[in-house]
Amino acid sequence: MSRVVDAIARLGRMVIGGVRHAGSMALFAVELAWVLMPSWARPRDIFQQVYAAGVLSLVIIIVAGGFVGLVLGLQGYNILSNFNASESLGVMVALSLVRELGPVVAALLFAGRAGSAITAEIALMKTTEQLAALEMMAVDPLRRVIGPRFWGAMISVPLLAALFSMVGIIGGYLIGVVVLGVDQASYWGQIAEQMEAWEDVGGGAIKSLAFGAVIALIAVYEGYRAEPTASGMARATTQTVVLSSLAVLGLDFVMTAFMFGA
Amino acid sequence: MNVQRGVELVVGVFVLAGIAALMVMALQWSNFGASRVSGYEITARFDNIGGLTVQSPVKLAGLTIGRVDSIELDSETFQAEVHMVIDDRYDNLPTDSFANIYTAGLLGAQYVEISPGGALESLEDGDRITMTQSAIILESVVSKFLFDKAKE
Repeated sequence: MSRVVDAIARLGRMVIGGVRHAGSMALFAVELAWVLMPSWARPRDIFQQVYAAGVLSLVIIIVAGGFVGLVLGLQGYNILSNFNASESLGVMVALSLVRELGPVVAALLFAGRAGSAITAEIALMKTTEQLAALEMMAVDPLRRVIGPRFWGAMISVPLLAALFSMVGIIGGYLIGVVVLGVDQASYWGQIAEQMEAWEDVGGGAIKSLAFGAVIALIAVYEGYRAEPTASGMARATTQTVVLSSLAVLGLDFVMTAFMFGA
Repeated sequence: MNVQRGVELVVGVFVLAGIAALMVMALQWSNFGASRVSGYEITARFDNIGGLTVQSPVKLAGLTIGRVDSIELDSETFQAEVHMVIDDRYDNLPTDSFANIYTAGLLGAQYVEISPGGALESLEDGDRITMTQSAIILESVVSKFLFDKAKE
C-alpha cells in the first residue's frame, strides 16, 4: 500500500519539479530579455561568441550536411526511379533539406557541439565564483557574460542551417547527377520550378531562428542555474543537450503544423 | 589586438557565407524569379482544370513560355477561367491556338499546353483562347474504358 503511495508521490514530485524548472526558465528568460539590447553596447563580445559557437561549428555542420545530402540523393534516387521520376530527385533533396533537415539537424548538431560548451563554460564560471566576482565589481554578469553568449548562439544557428542545406543540395547533386546520371538540367530545373522563396526557404529560416533562440536560452539557463559542483556541471551540460534536442524536435512539429499543415 | 581582428574577420566571413547561402537558395535556386513573369495575359475557359494550380507552367512544344497567374470560376457558365501570363518574347501565338491541360508523366503536375493554330493575327494582352480541352481525369477515362468493355 505504502509502495503505491510512494510511487504516486514520486510521480507528483517529478511533475512539480518539471513545472518549477519550466517556470524558473521562463522567469530567467524575462530577466534576460531586459539585457539583450544593452549587450550590444559591447559588440566585440558578441562577435567573439559567434566565433566560438558558430565558426568553430562549421566543420561538423558542413561535413554532416554533405553526407546527409549524399544519403538523400542515394535513397531518393532508388525510390524515385521506381516511379520513373528520378528527374524529381533535385526537388526532393532540396525541399527535404530546406524545410526540415537543414534547420532540425543543424540545430541538433549545434546543441551537441556548441550548446553544451556554452553551458559548461558558464557553469564553470559559476563554480569558480567568477560570476559572483563580477557582481562584486558591480558588473552585471547577465549583461556581460550571458547576453553575448545568447546572441552568439542565436545568430549562428540560422546561418549554420542555411549552409547545411546548401551543402546538402550540392551533395545530392554529386550523387544524383555526377554518379547516378540524373539529368543535370532537370535536377536544377525541378528545384527552380517547385521551391518557393518565401514559403520554403523563408519558412526554414524562421524555423532555424526559433531553434537558435530556444537552444541559446536553454544553454545559458542551464549554465547559469547549475549547481556549483563538479557533478552539477556535468548534469547541467547533459540537461542542455537533452532538453534542447527535445525542444527542437517538439517545436519543429508545432511550427511545421502551423506553416506547412493544411 | 591582432587576434581580436582575426576573430572579427572570420566571424564576418561566416556571417556573409550564411546569408549568401540563404540568398542563393531563396533567389537563385527557388522559383522566386519565375514567380513574377513579366509578359502579357491571356485567358482560357476550361470545363475541368483537374489539378491545375496557380504557378503551373504554360508550355508550347514542351518549353515553358509562361505561368498560370490566377484561376477563378465563371459563375454563369460554371467553367474555370484560367488567366495565364505569357513571356513577352513569345508574342506571335496565333489567335486560333488551342489550349489543353496535360499531365507531366503519369503522376506529375498538370500544365497548360498551347498548340499553335494557323491564323495570321497573334494573341494580345487580354485576349481569350476559345478552343480548349479539359484535363483528362484518370477516373473518368478508366470508368469509360470499363463500361465500354462491359458493353462488348
